[in-house]
Amino acid sequence: MLEIKNLHASVDGKEILKGINLTVNAGEVHSIMGPNGSGKSTLAQVLAGRDTYEVTEGSVTYKGQDLLDMEPDVRACEGVFLAFQYPVEIPGVSTSYFLKAALNSIRKHRGETELDAFDFLAYVKEKAKLVDIDETLLQRAINEGFSGGEKKRNEIFQMAVLAPSLAILDETDSGLDIDALKIVSGGVNAMRGPDRAMIVITHYQRLLDHIVPDFVHVLRDGRIVKSGGKDLALHLEEHGYAEIDVQSASVVTSS
Amino acid sequence: MTEATMVNVKGNKSSFAARFDRITKGGSDSGPSWLMPARQAAFARFTELGIPTTRDEEWRFTNVKRLGELVFDPNGAAPSTMSNDQLTPFDLDLPGGIKLVFVNGCFDASLSTVPALSTGVTVLPLVEAMATQGSLVEPHLTGCSPFEDEPFASLNTALMQDGAFVHVAKGTAIETPIELLFVSSSGGSPSAAYPRVLIVADQSSQLTVIESHVGVGDGVYFTNSVTDIVAGENAIVDHYKVTRETDDAIHIGAVRLHQLRSSNVSSHAVTIGGGLVRHNINTIMDGEGCTCNLNGLYSVDGMQQVDNHLVVDHAKPHCDSREYFKGVLDGHGKGIFSGRIIVREDAQKTDGKQTNMSLLLSDHAQVECKPQLEIFADDVKCTHGATIGQISEEALFYLRARGLSAEAARSLLVYAFARDGLAQIRVEPLRDQLSKLILAKLPHGDVLRETV
Repeated sequence: MLEIKNLHASVDGKEILKGINLTVNAGEVHSIMGPNGSGKSTLAQVLAGRDTYEVTEGSVTYKGQDLLDMEPDVRACEGVFLAFQYPVEIPGVSTSYFLKAALNSIRKHRGETELDAFDFLAYVKEKAKLVDIDETLLQRAINEGFSGGEKKRNEIFQMAVLAPSLAILDETDSGLDIDALKIVSGGVNAMRGPDRAMIVITHYQRLLDHIVPDFVHVLRDGRIVKSGGKDLALHLEEHGYAEIDVQSASVVTSS
Repeated sequence: MTEATMVNVKGNKSSFAARFDRITKGGSDSGPSWLMPARQAAFARFTELGIPTTRDEEWRFTNVKRLGELVFDPNGAAPSTMSNDQLTPFDLDLPGGIKLVFVNGCFDASLSTVPALSTGVTVLPLVEAMATQGSLVEPHLTGCSPFEDEPFASLNTALMQDGAFVHVAKGTAIETPIELLFVSSSGGSPSAAYPRVLIVADQSSQLTVIESHVGVGDGVYFTNSVTDIVAGENAIVDHYKVTRETDDAIHIGAVRLHQLRSSNVSSHAVTIGGGLVRHNINTIMDGEGCTCNLNGLYSVDGMQQVDNHLVVDHAKPHCDSREYFKGVLDGHGKGIFSGRIIVREDAQKTDGKQTNMSLLLSDHAQVECKPQLEIFADDVKCTHGATIGQISEEALFYLRARGLSAEAARSLLVYAFARDGLAQIRVEPLRDQLSKLILAKLPHGDVLRETV
């Protein structure tokens, strides 16, 4: 589904991603971990099409197409979804109106009929249950005055509504209490399926107790320095990133 | 008044003076005889003040020099040939159907609908009111208004012909909004209209007036309006002024609120169209416990210019004023907000708040914002805030990352900003109608209309 080859990206001339290689197949859940400033969020934003990052080298192929050549909205229409680390507050635009516009834009792109207000409402109510989101929240302006937990739940709720093929979750667990974490990961797990791939970016191993990944990658200074199964996360939790540093340093010197 | 002073009007040697001359020589245009001294005093005042230049502080950002160069027909506007079909685009779909229509400043009975009104409510064309309700109307039209240092208000008093008179008697409340539609039909040589609206709300009365100024045709025209609102003790007045003039129009209008004790007045200025639009909005809170809400939304593009010029005078203690103006500026559009709050020595416990927010959509659009607080009392709360911003790239990306096209996302953000400026409109059909008009100006607005 997704093939990232030697991806380099920089912001204001400063290189952040320094050659990422990653292959994600349909049905897989990949977790990307790493310390602050390692480039996790940059990777997520680059995949979603944020133009503040300049891709200087490498390629990203998504479903056989050049992802980097697509506008952010085309990526969304093609099934890429980013759950933002910091969801943006947009005063004056109600969540449900905006989601209807987004969903219909995607449906139109796929050649499907657009949903009318009635069908949309029924569809949304069903999805709202998935993340236990209060329906009154949907009438409010997007993320405005939402608590941290509400914002993150709103992201997963949007993911459920838009039903992407590739979901990138950027620290969706950060700052969540255990109840909210269970709700959010429950929503994510419900969406796992053979046709959908997920990249779960997290700072904390805790999330991976709830969303069990197929693969774990460690991102360090703009490169994936270690990959492994779900046990790698436990190992990291215990030993920290220092050990990886030593290993990666030796990788760098030996190469 | 002599011929000599008339020709000395700064920058304009003939048009206004010639029209004034025609009116003072009598005929059907001159109105009642009691009005003549007021007209003469006002014209003298206009002559003295002249057409302002940008050297005048109050007109620093708005150049009206062109007014002095235009030649208007001294005979006034030609009679209306307007049909109902031509007015369809301006239909506000309001319930109740009290609607006075004026074409080029004069009442057109065939286009108006005035059902039987309940006792205590008077809605009349001004010409008729001056003839039949002279004692009620006269003091307000001829009284030495505290606002008359404004040249265009004086010009209106000197040259006014028709307009509307709305009166609600003590203790009477009318729920149905009263609609006043002023249409300018332009083409050929420049035309000018001087509509005058007088709204008198007696003690403990309540009413809603929606005043629209619109234009059809492609000629240059000038609308110089004055709306006087006298809110008696404990009266509640909800006033709306919707400006949808053409790109060739110059609109200079005054809205003057005179508030007595415990009155609650709101006046909304929504400006969607017009080449050059200036609103002079003044209020005097001349009694304790008044509340005044002045709201505005303006949307300009192309070469349009909208200037909202507010003066809020807290003359007595315990009065609250709120000013909330928002502007969306695209193209080479220019928006000006000038808000002065005066708190007189006596006016303790004043609570005044002024907010002006502008959204710039193009590199060529311009905003000038001039807040002024003049406070002579010591126990008051007065704040002002102004923001000038652009579309947030973060918000834009968030919407696009959900599948909205760049244009639709942008339109949605502009619309959300603008709609907030309409939020305080209490007449729901009006709010809906104005929302649609704002949407219609935006790319992909039709798509959003279904969504929103």
